[in-house]
Amino acid sequence: MDTPVTPVQAPQDYLLHLADNALVLGQRNAEWCGHGPILEEDIAMANISLDLIGQARLLYQLVAERRGDGCTEDALAYFRDVPQFKNYTLLELPHHGPLVGYAVSERDYATTLVRNFFYSALMVEVWSGLLDAADSALAAIAERSLKETRYHLRHSHDWLIRLGDGTEESHRRVQAAIDHLWAYTLEFWSASPVETAAADQGLDMTAIHAAWQRTVAAGLAQATLHQPADDGYVPQGKTGVHSEHLGYLLAEMQSLARAHPHGQW
Amino acid sequence: MNTLDPLVQQAWQVLDTLTDPEIPVVTLRDMGIVREVFHHEDALEVIITPTYSGCPAMEQIEDDVRSTLQTLGVPVRVTTRLSPAWTTDWMNEAAREKLRAYGIAPPERCASGAVNVVQFAPRSAAKRGASDQPACPRCDSKHTTEVSHFGSTACKALYKCLNCLEPFDYFKPY
Repeated sequence: MDTPVTPVQAPQDYLLHLADNALVLGQRNAEWCGHGPILEEDIAMANISLDLIGQARLLYQLVAERRGDGCTEDALAYFRDVPQFKNYTLLELPHHGPLVGYAVSERDYATTLVRNFFYSALMVEVWSGLLDAADSALAAIAERSLKETRYHLRHSHDWLIRLGDGTEESHRRVQAAIDHLWAYTLEFWSASPVETAAADQGLDMTAIHAAWQRTVAAGLAQATLHQPADDGYVPQGKTGVHSEHLGYLLAEMQSLARAHPHGQW
Repeated sequence: MNTLDPLVQQAWQVLDTLTDPEIPVVTLRDMGIVREVFHHEDALEVIITPTYSGCPAMEQIEDDVRSTLQTLGVPVRVTTRLSPAWTTDWMNEAAREKLRAYGIAPPERCASGAVNVVQFAPRSAAKRGASDQPACPRCDSKHTTEVSHFGSTACKALYKCLNCLEPFDYFKPY
């Protein structure tokens, strides 16, 4: 940059977008706590969730501090409703493929791992880009989060290969998860007011898209999996238009705080 | 605000009695979590850098620092500094030795040049040079293998020694 750098605060909606992504995926992955397919993976998911919720807290604390007026991290996490959440739709989906009506299904670990792979491959690039963010508080959070996200990517990448290049059954299930979730990743690349307003933070989404495609294509190839075509409806979770699943997730996550509105713990 | 300040020295002495809540053999200073102590006009300020965003021990650490320093009878402020981010390279030699004696394999030094490279895990110990493997804290053999990326706390991975067959925690280089 040629011009002298003045402290620029990233738009609060953008910080909330990053925070909501981390919180919603953290809450989803935490559903495996006590139900993991094997003990090591149960522990892995709980650890990943703790990292994600920790990242969300840092971002909510930053927004709350800047808003002032008594705003707290808990108010942002527990007292906003579906249209105010700015997370990608991908992250709120349940741990299984599409179903008809209100049918229920067992959680599918392939869906969990593929989603974590797509998201952590994206966030490694986003956090790397934000290391140079004009907002120094955001850059510090990025520095912290990048290390964790790299480790999450390593975990899901390993499992992608183990399942994809595994048995007929594991290959079929992980491919089904990719086919189901692929269209939801298109939301990463669509323009939104939240991201346009944050353009001065220096993120180059075109370069990030290319880097993400390289990581994903290499992972899928090594796992003998097939990459679906880019088509279908592009979700708009980051603008507040969500699937029916987010409401249920928030209801479970927020009920305790809303039952005891001024509770301290 | 310099290190010769008697109050700052006293504060460090008190802080040196504080250990990590999860790994009680190493002090917060050994771990590189307590970074600096400043003597301001109105209060003592202690700078801490968190290890992992989601580490549940961090709040406990903050409370411990605050309540322990209260014994000095001056107001205390604990400030969290995120950047530069905590790294296991800040852990001193004494801490590494204490970890090993406690049964936790200490972290390798992070390769500074590889910071922006995403490194994927090798699928088995066979694909990795034996010298890269963490040594078993019990029998010192490097014939070890990773059982799980994630262990009992955020900072550790689970390993198994193929020589003495004991499982052990490995403090992840971070």
